[in-house]
Amino acid sequence: MLTRLKGAKVVDPGNINAEKDLLIKDGYIKAILDPGEPYPRLEKSTSGSDSSPVSVSSADSSFSLDVENDQYIEIDVSGMTLVPGLIDLHVHLREPGHEYKETIETGLMAAARGGFTAVCPMANTSPVNDNAQVTSFIINRAKELGLSRIYPVGAMTKGLKGESLAEFGDMKKAGIAAVSDDGCPVENSMLMRRALEYAKGLNIPVISHSEDLSLSKNGAMNEGITATKLGIKGIPNAAEASFIMREISLAELADAPVHIAHVSCEESVEAIRNAKKRGIKVTCETAPHYFTLTEKAVADYDTNAKMNPPLRTEKDRQAIIKGLADGTIDCIATDHAPHSSLEKDLEFDKAAFGIIGLETSLPLSLKLVEEGILSFETLIEKMSKNPASILGINNDLTPGNPADITVIDMESCFTIDPKSFLSKSRNTPFAGFKVTGEAYITMVKGKIIYQR
Amino acid sequence: MAFTKKDILDIDSLSVEEISMILNTAEGMKEISQRPVKKVPTLRGKTIVLFFQEPSTRTRLSFDVAAKRLSADSLAISKSSSSMVKGETLVDTAKNLEAMSPDVIVMRHSSSGAPHLIAKRVKASVINAGDGIHAHPSQALLDLMSVKEKKGRIEGLKIAITGDISHSRVARSDIAGFTKMGAEVVVSAPLTMIPKGIKALGCKLADDMESCVENADVIMMLRIQKERQGAMLFPGEREYASLFGLNRKRLNLAKKDVVVMHPGPLNRGVEIDSDIADGKYSIILNQVTNGVALRMALFYLVAGGGKRNADKA
Repeated sequence: MLTRLKGAKVVDPGNINAEKDLLIKDGYIKAILDPGEPYPRLEKSTSGSDSSPVSVSSADSSFSLDVENDQYIEIDVSGMTLVPGLIDLHVHLREPGHEYKETIETGLMAAARGGFTAVCPMANTSPVNDNAQVTSFIINRAKELGLSRIYPVGAMTKGLKGESLAEFGDMKKAGIAAVSDDGCPVENSMLMRRALEYAKGLNIPVISHSEDLSLSKNGAMNEGITATKLGIKGIPNAAEASFIMREISLAELADAPVHIAHVSCEESVEAIRNAKKRGIKVTCETAPHYFTLTEKAVADYDTNAKMNPPLRTEKDRQAIIKGLADGTIDCIATDHAPHSSLEKDLEFDKAAFGIIGLETSLPLSLKLVEEGILSFETLIEKMSKNPASILGINNDLTPGNPADITVIDMESCFTIDPKSFLSKSRNTPFAGFKVTGEAYITMVKGKIIYQR
Repeated sequence: MAFTKKDILDIDSLSVEEISMILNTAEGMKEISQRPVKKVPTLRGKTIVLFFQEPSTRTRLSFDVAAKRLSADSLAISKSSSSMVKGETLVDTAKNLEAMSPDVIVMRHSSSGAPHLIAKRVKASVINAGDGIHAHPSQALLDLMSVKEKKGRIEGLKIAITGDISHSRVARSDIAGFTKMGAEVVVSAPLTMIPKGIKALGCKLADDMESCVENADVIMMLRIQKERQGAMLFPGEREYASLFGLNRKRLNLAKKDVVVMHPGPLNRGVEIDSDIADGKYSIILNQVTNGVALRMALFYLVAGGGKRNADKA
């Protein structure tokens, strides 16, 4: 099976930025051709006989095309932009255990629709993904579905309890791509140090949910003027930033990498910027809501604006944008956190933290390009290349790599309508937002898993 | 002018005109409680549900008496007597209440914003009787009424509030109410009890209690919740009383005709000395009396003739 994606502007940061055709054979990128360039590159054989069989160019001597037997498909994507498949480092798919909120199937459908060819589901399922059996269940379920790829994140500590290390090695064999106690910060510094050291030896990235629970306890939104007016207990920036400073110190001590999840405030960006300057191996992500919204979104006790860390102030939002622009923030992840009305149609302080993001991330992030904050290439680095590199994956658009591709329609203008979501949940604060740009085709290993 | 608000959720959502109208109506209501037969037929046939998820004696009683003096049928449900203990959600409880067609739901809840959530879901008028640490509008309105009664005005007065501002819905609503009506509000407390962005509420923060009460027309003391000692807000009651308790010495810093207020219940000897609570400057019991009249006014305005023409009260 041979597929030619024709006419798109191909953007693979640091590799390609031009109109190209992509030739895909059996799920892998076969060649990247100039527009209209024939393939296989027909060459007269040196013997000069007209009757000699078709032969491929010397650059591709391993490949011979059986034109008779192979199915050949051309897909016209002219006017579209083709990029390496987007990767979301931070999602919650809720299966096993909370299938009424989301399943691996609905979560992956939402991912495909959002243009994500791979997602990293966090370990806070029920049972917790802290052992190879749960990891295998998740991976097998995703395989059966044949949608976006899944790179599960295993628990860092058994049961996410912060008491003893989970079996990273076993889980790695089963397929985890990283470890994290997302949602439950590891309060014991020695345990965190050991996790960093142990994971380094196994070449597994560690993702830190940085939150000093003694400072954030009972808080439901950002500590500040809006919380004071609404009478909601606050979560100060320091609950996040002070913990990140600890993680940086421990990464330095262990000489091991650490990835900071969902950075939301100015002090955190500043701490990470300084650590990077000092050569400490720290990377981080933020989420679209942190560069799009502020605490004001909570104003009418809207539980769809409740997440952890909380929406901060305009000053913090600007700091996040600056961090994205200057490279301090490496990735945009969604922290896709589906909840049903059972958790959200409640008093604000009793409602669950979290919003969904897979189907809104790309259009919201493209606003950064529209506003001139990021170049399109830089955005794709943050949504595809950098997450890949943190996970240790090479997703360059080069021959031999699996054809994990997102084709983006940059012109599509639409209004975000939660009713249209493929996710099982609807907890988004972005209903009614007017946005531009969305996934047109999402392709994993040569197979179209979503087409608008 | 007709009163058009469906709900009384917080002071911020009331205009100066609406507050004045409530206060004027309440002054008219006060006389009813002094009659030998303390009852008028104004709200006959109206149903008022007192939905108290959080414990309350004085506020609930005050609303109940107010409803009865206007001949409304009032019924109280509390947390323990309702399905809330069976795990029913607030929205479900409210929908069930709504199905019984009440005219007014008076609601107290431990979660800030809970009455706002319900007000959007029910046709009945919702009166917030205290939500979390957010608002207690009827308390602020009765405080305004009590001060206006003594001083003849609100505008230009200095109101000194001392106590746990962070965790007090009374403080938030009083700050909003008094500043909105033109008074100057100054607060003092240990800094552990001052929320971030306090100035956004429109008040000033004094360096200490002495400068807070200096030249004050009104001193309002807030109850120190003893259980908050566990929250590391202050080292102990003795030290609190020595720094932020209202004693004779501090009282003397205020204007000669100062009035002393407290929303109750009192911690005698902690935030207020007994002789001051019972002394000639205290209007603590006037607050309670006015509370009934004020709540009658609220019922009248949201459920009665006030919708059409409040001036005929």
